[in-house]
Amino acid sequence: MSLLEIRNLHVRAAGHEILKGIDLRVDAGEVHAIMGPNGSGKSTLAQVLARRENYEVTEGEVWFDGKNLLAMKPEEAACEGLFMAFQYPLEIPGIGNSYFIRSALNAIRKYRGLPEMNAMEFLPFFREKLKLLEMDDKLANRSVNEGFSGGEKKRNEILQMAVLEPKLSILDETDSGLDIDALRIVARGVNAMRDPQRGMILVTHYQRLFNYVTPDFVHVLVDGRIVRSGGPELALELEETGYGHSEPNSQQAMPA
Amino acid sequence: MSTELNNIRELAGREYKWGFITEIDEDRIPRGLNEDIIHLISKLKREPEFMLQWRLKAYRHWASLEKAQAEPKWANVKYPPIDYQDIVYYSAPKNKPALDSLEQVDPEVLRTYEKLGIPLSEQKMLAGVAVDAVFDSVSVVTTFKEKLAELGIIFCSFSEAVQNYPELVQKYLGSVVPYTDNFFAALNAAVFSDGSFVYVPKGVRCPMELSTYFRINAAETGQFERTLIVADDDSYVSYLEGCTAPIRDRNQLHAAVVELVALDNAQIKYSTVQNWYPGDKEGRGGIYNFVTKRGKCLGINSKISWTQVETGSAITWKYPSCILQGDNSIGEFYSVALTNNYQQADTGTKMIHLGKNTRSTIVSKGISAGHGQNTYRGGVKILKGAKGARNYTQCDSLLIGDKCGAHTFPYIEVRNASARMEHEASTSKIGDDQLFYLRQRGLKAEDAVSMIVNGFCKRVFRELPMEFAVEAQKLLSVSLEGSVG
Repeated sequence: MSLLEIRNLHVRAAGHEILKGIDLRVDAGEVHAIMGPNGSGKSTLAQVLARRENYEVTEGEVWFDGKNLLAMKPEEAACEGLFMAFQYPLEIPGIGNSYFIRSALNAIRKYRGLPEMNAMEFLPFFREKLKLLEMDDKLANRSVNEGFSGGEKKRNEILQMAVLEPKLSILDETDSGLDIDALRIVARGVNAMRDPQRGMILVTHYQRLFNYVTPDFVHVLVDGRIVRSGGPELALELEETGYGHSEPNSQQAMPA
Repeated sequence: MSTELNNIRELAGREYKWGFITEIDEDRIPRGLNEDIIHLISKLKREPEFMLQWRLKAYRHWASLEKAQAEPKWANVKYPPIDYQDIVYYSAPKNKPALDSLEQVDPEVLRTYEKLGIPLSEQKMLAGVAVDAVFDSVSVVTTFKEKLAELGIIFCSFSEAVQNYPELVQKYLGSVVPYTDNFFAALNAAVFSDGSFVYVPKGVRCPMELSTYFRINAAETGQFERTLIVADDDSYVSYLEGCTAPIRDRNQLHAAVVELVALDNAQIKYSTVQNWYPGDKEGRGGIYNFVTKRGKCLGINSKISWTQVETGSAITWKYPSCILQGDNSIGEFYSVALTNNYQQADTGTKMIHLGKNTRSTIVSKGISAGHGQNTYRGGVKILKGAKGARNYTQCDSLLIGDKCGAHTFPYIEVRNASARMEHEASTSKIGDDQLFYLRQRGLKAEDAVSMIVNGFCKRVFRELPMEFAVEAQKLLSVSLEGSVG
């Protein structure tokens, strides 16, 4: 059984068809990259998987760990082990970052019938993750994302991923807007999360993340369809030739 | 951090749980209001002559206002005319001799307070909180009285204060809120039946939180209590006020008056968690909470802080204010007001700067959900003599959904050029993006809203005594129930 199986997914938003039949399989232990030009539907795919409600699925099905993902609410998908790192993480003024992350962890633990973690139990575990991402303790107590730099926000997403230990992580353009140091730190977090039990989908615009994280598979999304799939070498090729080159081949592209 | 999401989650999804009715024999007086009723109330309470005369003057003043149709109309709230002759102005549990001990209190009343989570037997009390319990029109019991008396602190029902400390009552009653102040203050002065009285003597720091718990039980009665707190030179007191009422279809009037007096270097911290019955989802029933609260910083370096969390009542009309008379005195107002369903709130504060170098801080957080209408109304006045006065005002509104409203009316009047004024205001909406973010992390929609709202209110919650802060957070989440689809 695959961790994630997308079959013929069609999605509409605001009257337009954005995804026009996506097929994708992600197994545990695999890292998949989805690349594509702006407006190709990459973020829509990520958001639909995370169960954002303002999209209309007109056709197709998605199975997550053997369960019907499209029947889940966002919080159910999260509790089942699906995590999305946001392209634009939101601020929650007045709520401390570590408190927020612990609340999320406890919501998930409760859903799974595990005892909740109190602050004392949580702290050492949390500190370890902060260290992994070279994040300052100060960020733990500041309000969630409030006053964080762009890079800090992205690292905070990876921190949450590291604490919540999801089965499937979807990183929606986490690499964009990062300087080289931040990119390296984010990549370290991603690599640390690589595990035979977990799957990962990296949605990105650029190849440069792959200097630090080597995906097992690369898929090219153009105009709502996966037009090419291949190994990590495909990302390099795209860097040279651009996405425009992919389109003529779309007829013979094989879904992964 | 004190937020307990677990508690919030447990509580979300519950209706107003304080809405039960206690079956108990009541002493009531006839419906309606006239001079005979005033005489009757005063007689029932065996009051000295000065009280009766004061009530009568207040009544006559109120009657003239009523005749002139001078009920305040400026607030941003709507309600049908109140028939003041259709209210019972006094109701008390029957079993009420002079209350010297808990054994003499009707067990039904004690059970009511147990049910509300306010145990009145001192052994069971939360350490460090003394309670005066007001049931309908009268105070039923005051705890820890003897212990406080050892320090010279007087904490008793207003009725007892009138009997035992008439000179203090006469000196300060109406000195901050005179009966001529406004329509509801006049009505209160005429008919008020009980309330709490606190006197903290010179140099004494009150070692425990003093608390009054108000409970309306009887139907078709009004509740008109009056609280007077006097902090003498160099003293400190922290006072908490909580309130609930049963679910009833008809609106009930609550018109209270609170007066605070702080002398030289004295500090009074007054915290309220107001949770009167807010009415049902369609806006039927609920309490009209028309309250006048004011503190006077009479002495130099004195300080009065108001902190309020207003989640209940169909309509709230309330402006806890400070008169900063003593030089270097400080006034503070921290407020969270939440309106859900068809609740309306018009609340805020007045800071009146008279003395030199007086400072005031206003932090107001208004939350509107459902069809709720939430108004902040504030007045900051810097008078001529208030050299070097400063005010900081922060006024934030949070909207949940698209059928509610937030309104802000700040009035600023400066008559001394040396004054420094700061005003910050913001309006925000809990957006789908923000909710989705929290839900993607595993939080249920209602918990996500609670968390955002609690974060929004943090600046105010920080001012509340610990156990009240937890209570306030729970209340907010319950009050928000049904606000997300």
